[in-house]
Amino acid sequence: MAEVLVYVDHLDGAVRKPTLELLTLARRIGEPVAVALGNGAADTADVLAEHGAVKVLTAEAPEFADYLVVPKVDALQAAFDAVSPVAVLLSSSAEAKEIAARLAVRIGSGIITDAVDLEAGDAGPVATQSAFAASYTTKSRVSKGVPVITVKPNSAPVEAASAAGAVETLAVTFSAQATGTKVLSRTPRESTGRPELTEAAIVVSGGRGVNGAENFAIIEALADSLGAAVGASRAAVDAGWYPHTNQVGQTGKSVSPQLYIANGISGAIQHRAGMQTSKTIVAVNKDAEAPIFDLVDYGVVGDLFAVVPQLTEEINTRKG
Amino acid sequence: MSLRIVVTVKYVPDATGDRHFADDLTLDREDVDGLLSELDEYAVEQALQIAEAADDAEVTVLTVGPEDAKDALRKALSMGADKAVHVEDDDLHGTDALGTSLVLAKAIEETGYDLVISGMASTDGTMGVVPALLAERLGVPQVTLLSQVSVEGGVVRGRRDGDSASEELEASLPAVVSVTDQSGEARYPSFKGIMAAKKKPVKSLDLDDLGIDADEVGLAGAWSAVDSATERPARTAGTIVKDEGEGGKQLAEFLAGQKFI
Ligand SMILES: Cc1cc2nc3c(=O)[nH]c(=O)nc-3n(C[C@H](O)[C@H](O)[C@@H](O)COP(=O)(O)OP(=O)(O)OC[C@H]3O[C@@H](n4cnc5c(N)ncnc54)[C@H](O)[C@@H]3O)c2cc1C
Ligand SMILES: Cc1cc2nc3c(=O)[nH]c(=O)nc-3n(C[C@H](O)[C@H](O)[C@H](O)COP(=O)(O)OP(=O)(O)OC[C@H]3O[C@@H](n4cnc5c(N)ncnc54)[C@H](O)[C@@H]3O)c2cc1C
Repeated sequence: MAEVLVYVDHLDGAVRKPTLELLTLARRIGEPVAVALGNGAADTADVLAEHGAVKVLTAEAPEFADYLVVPKVDALQAAFDAVSPVAVLLSSSAEAKEIAARLAVRIGSGIITDAVDLEAGDAGPVATQSAFAASYTTKSRVSKGVPVITVKPNSAPVEAASAAGAVETLAVTFSAQATGTKVLSRTPRESTGRPELTEAAIVVSGGRGVNGAENFAIIEALADSLGAAVGASRAAVDAGWYPHTNQVGQTGKSVSPQLYIANGISGAIQHRAGMQTSKTIVAVNKDAEAPIFDLVDYGVVGDLFAVVPQLTEEINTRKG
Repeated sequence: MSLRIVVTVKYVPDATGDRHFADDLTLDREDVDGLLSELDEYAVEQALQIAEAADDAEVTVLTVGPEDAKDALRKALSMGADKAVHVEDDDLHGTDALGTSLVLAKAIEETGYDLVISGMASTDGTMGVVPALLAERLGVPQVTLLSQVSVEGGVVRGRRDGDSASEELEASLPAVVSVTDQSGEARYPSFKGIMAAKKKPVKSLDLDDLGIDADEVGLAGAWSAVDSATERPARTAGTIVKDEGEGGKQLAEFLAGQKFI
């Protein structure tokens, strides 16, 4: 059966959920061969095998952490040459899109980014994309070379499927470009204990209407009652009320959770670009004319300082 | 020696207008106004700041796009760029990311450069891949997605705020940089800037000038193909209630009904 290369997104061996989603999609096209790079690469094998990886190619070298992007491209290209897959799948993080792009040039292939679904087709995999702030749905194919496709988190279910997951060490020769961009220092993000924004099933966001950094406690309390991630509009981020890493939208994170709750957010096109594919959308806004209400499944016209705490309390009561 | 900076700028449909696909499933440019991609204004701004901090520098803005794309170049020139290059050719219609990067890379080499600065993503395709594609094609370091950037003594340094960490990066020139909208507000063109822009040189190049075959680009030469584009049905109108003291409870009831609680 045809092999599909799956690039593994992991942190010190802990595989991120979007990679497990990729394995579900990869199995629709062929047999997944996973490529895990860097510190802890071999530790990913068990969970990858439980989700359908027939083989796990691993490589560890200081270059992966010490230099930007290119060492990973070199390794993925080595895996590509070793396996001759029918497609290469990566999840749509900023870094993975860059890796995908450079690999595509090297192997002479087209690239599709931010797919929200993937099916086998007569002429190769067919990707569904959502365009123009999700106002269009497109079906695309790569027409030259071996398709390189990046897939947005939350685009497929995680499904258990046990497979061999045989671990093999991948031999990588680094290119002259590999050491071009040096990482002088790396400051890891502090964990909040909340789910990762792009992976979360529920996202609770606050905007300019939250009116101050300290008031974000109200948003966080609602998020915690639902086990949700916290998001913010750019207005809230620019005001310094919440970190940029929590920004949802065109220049922030793109999310498609089961439930998105927007509080004190007007719903500008750039915000919508990052959340419009959410399954269920809820908003609390005191302005009945706010454009966000055009998107909602349920909206409350009211003051968030009254509505949100009441909602949180009610949820906590119901959970008992 | 002078620092040659090339800024890649894209002409895109206004995101606040109604954007559509044309019958051939490429971008419909008829029905909506175009403008300089807002995210490329940040690239122009950083280029101008780097040029101002250097002893001797020249900022060239470059676009690949139809006739109207000159508007994007004029805007960048009125912000303060020195000159512009416009690659226009009927055969470019429908070019994908691989093709666009090929054309941009050839035009950058033709122009001469020490530093290329791009936006983090366009506001229409929003792929966020062109800077990495350019670095690969030009064979120079990529220093991308920077929220802070500086150039000194032939070295570019910057901060990249990634998903799990914030990184300080460094590379020797020549290099390709891309900047985010966190890099600093873009300046508005002054009246003087707008008047001066009218006199600045805009050089036009076509595929022949760049030695690119027509069948390497355009819709026919594209590495990817769009088979269908359907307008997403408008969301069915949701329930909207006015809070009269019970808004939070009503919302909880809805969430419980949807099994979120
Ligand atoms: C809705 C939509 C979906 C698309 N999907 C795909 C796809 O899946 N695969 C594919 O191969 N192509 C696709 N394309 C085409 C692709 O977006 C463009 O061909 C192309 O310009 C590169 O991608 P981008 O605009 O997303 O650029 P990005 O990579 O998002 O742009 C980053 C930066 O590159 C520079 N830049 C990009 N284009 C130009 C230009 N023409 N002139 C000057 N500078 C430029 C700018 O500095 C910009 O800020 C799509 C286009 C649209 C409108
Ligand atoms: C190139 C570019 C990229 C951008 N990228 C992004 C992005 O990634 N993400 C993003 O979010 N934006 C982005 N923006 C900004 C975007 O255009 C909007 O400015 C921004 O989304 C507005 O944030 P907001 O909705 O919080 O604020 P506003 O538009 O000011 O809305 C605040 C809302 O809160 C309501 N409100 C006020 N007080 C209360 C209260 N007590 N109770 C209930 N409701 C209340 C108001 O009625 C109003 O609707 C971008 C803009 C540009 C130009």
